[in-house]
Amino acid sequence: MRIPCPHCGMRGSEEFSYRGAAGPPPPAADAPAASWHDHVYLRDNPFGPHRELWHHRYGCRRWLVVTRDTRTHDIAGAVDASAWQPPA
Amino acid sequence: MSYSFLRIVREALRGDRGWRPAWRDPAPKPHYDVVVVGGGGHGLATGYYLATEHGLANVAVLEKSWIGSGNAGRNTTIIRSNYLLAGNEPFYEHSMKLWEGLERDLNFNTMVSQRGVLNLFHSDAGRDAAARRGNAMRLHGVDAALLDEAAVRAMLPWLDFDGARFPITGGLLQRRGGTARHDAVVWGYARAADRRGVDIVQNCEVTGIRIAGGRVQGVETTRGFIGAAKVGLACAGNSSRVAALAGLRLPIESHVLQAFVSEAVKPLIDTVLTFGAGHFYISQSDKGGLVFGGDIDGYNSYAQRGNLPIVEDVAEACMALLPLAGRLRVLRSWGGIMDMSMDGSPIIDRTPVAGLYLNAGWCYGGFKATPASGWCFAHTIAHDAPHRLNAAMRLDRFASGALIDERGAGAQPNLH
Repeated sequence: MRIPCPHCGMRGSEEFSYRGAAGPPPPAADAPAASWHDHVYLRDNPFGPHRELWHHRYGCRRWLVVTRDTRTHDIAGAVDASAWQPPA
Repeated sequence: MSYSFLRIVREALRGDRGWRPAWRDPAPKPHYDVVVVGGGGHGLATGYYLATEHGLANVAVLEKSWIGSGNAGRNTTIIRSNYLLAGNEPFYEHSMKLWEGLERDLNFNTMVSQRGVLNLFHSDAGRDAAARRGNAMRLHGVDAALLDEAAVRAMLPWLDFDGARFPITGGLLQRRGGTARHDAVVWGYARAADRRGVDIVQNCEVTGIRIAGGRVQGVETTRGFIGAAKVGLACAGNSSRVAALAGLRLPIESHVLQAFVSEAVKPLIDTVLTFGAGHFYISQSDKGGLVFGGDIDGYNSYAQRGNLPIVEDVAEACMALLPLAGRLRVLRSWGGIMDMSMDGSPIIDRTPVAGLYLNAGWCYGGFKATPASGWCFAHTIAHDAPHRLNAAMRLDRFASGALIDERGAGAQPNLH
């Protein structure tokens, strides 16, 4: 599996570390416990396209949002996380 | 038809014309008392124990493909009960006790082999951790022996004991652990459940879960609607997808775990061996192949195949532990999809939907749990309440804070 880093080009996945789904930002500090539970513990875990955070740990050390199909590992694209907005 | 030595002799003398299919191939009935979704080891064991322990025979186990085609056919066949935490250890020891009597229970040769499970350690800190776990096991009445280096050398003289980075200083041995034949476990439970009236319906994929007034009514399938008073989900790997049909969002990510088998060699490893300085485990099948694996790949996947960096990682751990394996060729590798839960421990519980039950989150430890998982899930379904053995394996523990985190890694599944 190779990841098209927007800064470094196409690189092997072994240069990256995986964080998990790229989602909305955490709830406010004083949000109800149920909101925090959902944010920390529950996952959509989609069968198909998945937007996820990868860190280019042995490269440019930027966080990326990668769109990858969990059925096939096909990668549709990657953008720098700072340029990505979670869907409303 | 009972299986026995006499039966084999009789059939051999009669040209083996008397054998019959080990289970029926029934069309689904319109309604069952209990429908279990998932014809892997856990689902079939659930069907078996619903019939034998709770007197429920109007039960169906639905499988989208053929039984045992998922993780039950993709694991490394290890059985053990060497857990640390009180929420886990009595459950896994119950599983070990069921393994010990399984062949008699099922009248099927599941090839349970108590050849021992040896977890190596490589430092004083590793020894302390192993002693702590061994003591926890013994406090639960489970066998555990702390071996020093000389004792490990006597067992496995060809390991790399004096490596500069990870010298082997001893190991924690559970002698009652070992392996079982994974396919035979599936077939044995299927046959035994079928003989007690449980319908095993293959090529029947659940496409919807019908709910009315907060109570489950049955399941929509590729073979039509099947009504059910109670529905149990036992489809680890795909739990999130099936639970989503009932509107549930689970504390689970699906990850791929690879495993490998080498070409067959003469008897070499007469136990199950794990490396303590990396994630690596190895045993030898009865055909002679070395069966081994390591970490999950570490990213969400339903693909049932992994990538090369983990192959390299597993090979490195293998070479660090037993350099002689470097001259062996790998015959096959494969991947299975793991329900990685947020604390590394499973879920056997009711759900917010009345009559809907969940058996999920087995991470990469589901095979050894097969008998107790089915036993406890059957109890939970039949009594609408968990047994004390699975009382801690609650779905709501992530909200209550009563996690069962053996590794202490938190809600980051690729670290469990």
